[in-house]
Amino acid sequence: MTLSLSPRNEDRPVLVARNIAKTFGSVEVLKDVSLSASQGDVIAILGSSGSGKSTFLRCINMLEIPDRGHLEVHDQVVDIRDGRVDPRQMKTVRRHLGMVFQQFNLWSHMTVLQNVMEGPLRVLGQERATVRDRAEALLARVGLEGRFDHYPAQLSGGQQQRTAIARALAMEPDVMLFDEPTSALDPELVGEVLALIRQLAEEGRTMIVVTHEMGFARDVSNRTVFMHHGRVEEEGASSDLFHEQKSERFRAFLARTK
Amino acid sequence: MTFTLENWPLLLKGAGLTLQLAIGAFFIGALLALPLALLRIYGNKLASGIVRVLISFLRGTPMLAQLFLVYYGAGQFRPQLQALGLWTFLREPYFCALLTFTLNTAAYQAEILRGGIRAVPAGEVEAAKAISMSFGLQLRRIICPHAYRIAMPALGNELILMIKGSAIASVVTLLDLMGQARLIFARTFDFGIYLQAAILYLVISFAVVRLWRLLEWWSAPQFRRPVPTSNPVTTGGQP
Repeated sequence: MTLSLSPRNEDRPVLVARNIAKTFGSVEVLKDVSLSASQGDVIAILGSSGSGKSTFLRCINMLEIPDRGHLEVHDQVVDIRDGRVDPRQMKTVRRHLGMVFQQFNLWSHMTVLQNVMEGPLRVLGQERATVRDRAEALLARVGLEGRFDHYPAQLSGGQQQRTAIARALAMEPDVMLFDEPTSALDPELVGEVLALIRQLAEEGRTMIVVTHEMGFARDVSNRTVFMHHGRVEEEGASSDLFHEQKSERFRAFLARTK
Repeated sequence: MTFTLENWPLLLKGAGLTLQLAIGAFFIGALLALPLALLRIYGNKLASGIVRVLISFLRGTPMLAQLFLVYYGAGQFRPQLQALGLWTFLREPYFCALLTFTLNTAAYQAEILRGGIRAVPAGEVEAAKAISMSFGLQLRRIICPHAYRIAMPALGNELILMIKGSAIASVVTLLDLMGQARLIFARTFDFGIYLQAAILYLVISFAVVRLWRLLEWWSAPQFRRPVPTSNPVTTGGQP
């Protein structure tokens, strides 16, 4: 199933994923899922658990290698067959995608500042002083000034997730991928992380967000994708989709999660 | 049984050799253990299989038997070893013992490290992949720091076992702590000398345990400071 491009932007898409298929053992988790994102798109991916939405996101940056499919990121075209992919292509794709995990996955043996500096310093080979200045500025932007020398275990969940977002931003990615960024947070900490993501959206960052936050999907994303049993069941402009649904399943899903 | 201090210079000299052998073997073994563990986990079937057999042999047979194998076995291959220039080493009981202990502890440490590597939080490795880290960088920056931190207590245990196990060096004429005690006993027939040697072993073990704990504390700053609210951290504290 192929999705039409965003109506609001006719530019060349910054990310294309086409016919991504993935099976775990005998279970078909993804059945030819396609998605493309143009500059500035904020795409919310919804669906009940087991719908394949997280797997799809992880296939985009190849934390799971799809069985087959086609990816285009930052001029890098990757065609995957038989679950094999060229390591150099994989590195290029990952280099241009930022990932934020449900469980934050900060490096627990490094301080907040070291977490954010690690990528630019070791992967991109940038100069330490510059990297440090940028990391400090990023951390200040996500509200973590005064916490630079803390270890992840000394921070609240919300602070950890904001650090993880700064870590991903430090790599200057073309597209940010969020895998249920607020699902592991205490309810009172969800707001601060959503506010940060909303702020990034307003700055025009291209983002794909797998989420359970319906309010966030409705208010912040310009496009919404609803997945069911490894397929895209419905997708379109968020402003339309939350008013009128073609899919009975999506309607039921929205009613359940209200 | 008499208690005199007249034999202490000899015992202390022996203790020096014991420490030299055990600590030397431990750290040379540590250098071998990492590549062994990595081959065991990340190597292809052949490499992993060879390492597994090697480790099973070293862990599954008595270290004394291994020492005899090297010490008496080396003489059988004298011409070949001379051709390789290794005879100068292997004719010395000191190097036979060092080699045996090194291989033995390398095998144990490799298994300890393997456990440590397996226990590295998978999410943190994924985060490293997600910023496009190469496998070498993942190992150096994320996997090894975690694996060693996790393995530290077990490695300290292995060091203590090595220090006590090195007593078998005395069987191949080396005058380590045990060797000196045996020599003195042969002269005096005063078994109190073994008690004195035991006390020295105890003191050494105790000191090494404390030093190791200090090393653990020093190497894990993330567990040192008090944690404010949730997320209780159970490890660490002051040494």
